[in-house]
Order: sequence, then C-alpha cells, then structure tokens
Amino acid sequence: MAGARHGVSHPGVLFAVLGLAALLVPFMTLAANRIVAAEGVMAWSVAPAALTIPGLVALVLGLGLGLPAARPRLRLLGAVLGLGGLLWLLVQGASGLLDGAGDYARVSPALGVWCLLTIFMLSMTDALVQLAPGPLARGTLLAAVLAALAVILWSGALAPLSVLQEYASRKAAFADAALRHLALAFGSLATAALIGFPVGILCHRNRRLRGAILPVLSFLQTIPSLAMFGLMIPILGWIGDSVPGAQAFGIAGIGFAPAFLALVLYSLLPVVANTVAGLAAAPPASIEAARGMGMTSGQRLLRVELPMGLPILLTGLRIVLVQNIGLAVIAGLIGGGGFGTFVFQGLNQTATDLILLGALPSVALALISAIVMDILVELTRPQAARAA
Amino acid sequence: MKAGAILRPAVILLLLALVLKPEWFTPVFAPLAPEGAPVIYARSSLLSLSLSHLGLVAAATTAATFVSVTLAILVTREAGAAFRPLSRTITNMGQTFPPVAVLALAVPALGFGNGPTLVALFLYGLLPIFENSVTGLSNLPPATMEAARGIGLNRWQRLIQVELPLALPVILTGIRLSVVISLGTATIGSTVAARTLGEVIIAGLLTSNTAYVLQGGLIVGLFAVAVYDALIQLEARIARRSGARKAPR
Repeated sequence: MAGARHGVSHPGVLFAVLGLAALLVPFMTLAANRIVAAEGVMAWSVAPAALTIPGLVALVLGLGLGLPAARPRLRLLGAVLGLGGLLWLLVQGASGLLDGAGDYARVSPALGVWCLLTIFMLSMTDALVQLAPGPLARGTLLAAVLAALAVILWSGALAPLSVLQEYASRKAAFADAALRHLALAFGSLATAALIGFPVGILCHRNRRLRGAILPVLSFLQTIPSLAMFGLMIPILGWIGDSVPGAQAFGIAGIGFAPAFLALVLYSLLPVVANTVAGLAAAPPASIEAARGMGMTSGQRLLRVELPMGLPILLTGLRIVLVQNIGLAVIAGLIGGGGFGTFVFQGLNQTATDLILLGALPSVALALISAIVMDILVELTRPQAARAA
Repeated sequence: MKAGAILRPAVILLLLALVLKPEWFTPVFAPLAPEGAPVIYARSSLLSLSLSHLGLVAAATTAATFVSVTLAILVTREAGAAFRPLSRTITNMGQTFPPVAVLALAVPALGFGNGPTLVALFLYGLLPIFENSVTGLSNLPPATMEAARGIGLNRWQRLIQVELPLALPVILTGIRLSVVISLGTATIGSTVAARTLGEVIIAGLLTSNTAYVLQGGLIVGLFAVAVYDALIQLEARIARRSGARKAPR
C-alpha cells in the first residue's frame, strides 16, 4: 500500500460516483395498496427538507470519507456513516410518506436504497480487506453488525415499511419457516457429516473404494435440484406407505422428509471429497514420524491426519452449509417449509414484499454462515501456516 | 478412455432419443405416471424447450465470459490492482447468494419469463469465470513474460499474444464450471415462467406425475454430463496444442 499513501482510493472513487448516481434514481416507492404499481419518490422528497438534509449530508460525507486510500479506518467510518444516513432517510420516509396516504398504502425501499446499501457494504468490505482484521476481530464485528440490525428491527422504527408489514401479519408463520429452514440446512449438514466422515475415511484408506464412490456422488450433484426434490417425493411416499411405522417418523411423500433427504444427498460429495483431500493433506514426513513413534493407524488418524486436515474438512462443511441454505429455499415448492414458502407465495401473488420476506432472510442466513465458517476454518489452521 | 469411447455416443444417442422421440420411452415411464395421466410431456415440444434452455445458458455464459474476462484483465493490470482484494471478496460472498432468491428478486424488476433467469445465470456465471481468469492471468511463467517484453512486444500485444493464450486453459475450466452450474440453475428459472426444461419437472411436481419429473430431470442431467465432457475434451485439446508450442514449465 506504500505507493498509494497520498493518493485517492480507486475503489473509493468508483463508489462515490456510483453512490451519487444512485441518489438520482427513486429512493422509495409509495403504493395505494399491496398489489398496485407503486410510484417512485426521490431521496430528498421522502420527508420535509429539515428531516432529509441530515441524512443526505451523512450519505455524501460517507462517500467522501471513502476516498483517502491510506486511511482504511476513516473509510470504514465513512461506510458506517453512510449506512447511518441511509437508515435515517428510510425511517423518515417510512413514516413521512404514509402520513395521509390511506389505510392500505405501502412504502417500500426502491432501487436507490438497494444500490446505496450495496455500495456502502462494498465500501465497508474494501476498508476491512485493507485493515485485514484477524478471525476474532471479524467475529466481534459480525456480532456487532447483527446486534445493530436486531436493535433496529426490534425498535420498530422501520415497521411501517411494506416488507415488515408482511412480517407483522405472519409472525407465527415466519418463526415456523425460520425454524424449518434452519432444521433443513443444519440437520442435513449434521446427517451428511455423520455419514460422510466415515465414508471419507474409508475412501482415504481404500483406493478402490474411492474410485467407486466419488463418481457416484459427483453424478448425484449433476441432477438438477428441482428434479432431485421431485424424485424424493414418490420414493419417500412409497416408503411411508409400505414400511410399517415409517409414517410415525414423519416419512411421507410431501413435506419435510423429501426435502431433507434431497439436501443430504447433495451434501455427500463435498463432505466425502473434502474428507479425502483433508486426510491426504498430512505431509508424508509427519505420517512417517507418527509411525516411527509406534502409533497405531487409529492413533495416526486421530492425532495426525485429522488435526492436519481439519481446515479442509471444515471447508467442505462450509460449502455444504451455504449450498443447503440456498437449496432449502426450493423446499418451499414441495411443501417442505422454510423461507421458500414466502418466496413462492409471493411469486404466485406477484407480491414483491412477500418475496422479499422470504428472500432477504435466506440471503442473510447464507452470508452469515459463510462468514462464520470462514472464521472457523481460519482458527483451525495451524499457527505457522496462518502467519505465512 | 476406453469406457469414454462407448459411453459418450451412448449418452448422446440417449439424449437425442429422449428429446426428439420421447414417445419411444412410454413403456419405461408408464409405471411412474398416475393412472390415466399422460406419460410423456406434450404441452410443448421437448426439442423447443431444450433449445430454449440451452440458448439461455449459452447467452448468459457468453455475456458472463465477456464481462468477467474483461474485469479480470483490468484487475490484473497495475492500474486496477486496487480493486483486486475487493473483487476477490465479492466473488467469494456473491457465490453464497441462494439462486432462487436471486431469481425471485429479479422478478419485480424484470417481470416473469426469461429475463430473471438470464440475469441470475449471468450473475452466477460471472463468479467462477472471473476467479479462474484472475488465477490464470496472474500465474504466468515469469520467464515467458520477460521474453515477450524482451522481443519488444507492447502491453497490448503481450496481452493478446501471450497472456490470454497462456491463461486460456484455466479460463476454460472456469467456463465449464459455470456452464454446468447454469444448466442446473436454469431449471429453477421455470418457477418464474422461463421456458426451460424445468417446465417439465414443475408440471410433474404440480400434478404429482413422477414420469414428468424423471423425464425433465434425466434430460437436464444428461445435457450437463454431455456438455461437461465436451468442454473437458476441448480443454485437453487446447492444453495439448499450447503445450506443444510452449516450453515445459
């Protein structure tokens, strides 16, 4: 970074230009009710000028602070300030626009908000990449961001927004969907790990077995997800009907079971392949040394090969977790529950806010899981390798 | 290699038969369809659905290749180096977005039909191609680059005549990954009314007709396998040709 000490940050300039451009497109929309087409409102007219000016100033200042290349902390501050300004305008607009607009009127964030949100998040990311915080600092930061988000949502300042009104009218269903989504994603991850780790260890030891199992698992991955979910329905339906007692365990053609099984099948390849790769990552010299110390093959596995391969094993779990959070959305199509239920209901009713109610939490969940798993992978990496 | 020589034509023949003469397979699929329901999807021709499916994937991949290779060239130049860490984080995080969520979010902006699918496929295509192009363009043998500079090639000539050809195999790997992901993701596009083979699967899901689900899934799966294999062959051929010309690394 020495060369850029006194210069402006190139990404900062790009963000500033894009950010100013994003101010020139509609910031929020106001619609007479949930279904009709909405009309756009610019950022400076969402509320009286006295209320919008502080927000606009914060936005522009935030973009400006992103410019000095050698001051990543200042750039981080700028991004936070910008996000604050964005939130301020949203809160003002949410209540301001609804005033006297009728009982069924809906306000939503429009293109401008989404663009500015993306720009400030990217600018924050860019500053953070430059600061290169360690895994613990990243974890603390993530927790702080999530806490701030929770406080904002909980305070009700954004409650007039259309997507949160959709939430307010489906609180119980949303909690159900969230639990179901988590159960699908994490349950299938745990099951895949329970099956995949032993299979991976066997494959590591037995070359012929590896040659037989890995191609089958790769083939499973080429089956389009929609078809995989579809094929599980008759198979589980048949098991539920013909195996006594199976239905008592919830095994049936529709609902949770087929979605769960489809996710497990998709998860096996990353788990098994990364277990094999992880176990193979231990350098031959270490294995030789372990053998020389008189360790049995079981001891070698537990004390040498597994600890050394742990980062790669965890990377496999990260792939699976993120992939399953995304695929679990499709479960909504076959009655498997989860956030996908709202997405597909919203698509059927062409109700954008309902789509958002399902899509935003899935995106957030996937992002959070990816960040947390990345931190875990880094923590398990041996100290020496981390320093290098 | 021997198995490939038999399997490859078999896969292609099976695929052609499934798409062009689906009625041949009536006895195979009949046990899976509910009684009295049609066995073979006939609401629109499988050929036109396949062509539309492949067309969407091809269009999205072409656009994604063009954009991501251009971006990769920019961030591997000195002037664009400041964007490199950022672009890496974006590709890393971008891959975590659930495809259905992206499709659904594109609907309010673009309406139902092929539009949202094209956008989603384009976005997902960008990531693997960009990542591989950056890798390919930054791991060039220093001796070759020095030689190119030595014989007086300017930056533009070096890029076109040396860097891009050397990075081509790695870029192609990225394109292959992206195409295979897109073939599968395009089926989900039918949930927002895109004309793809997903239509067959969804029709099966809605009428609990497993015959449809299997038919659609089988065709898409076979396309994925065939395209994957074809691109691997192409990569091997290009690697062999450039390997013959350039000095061993």
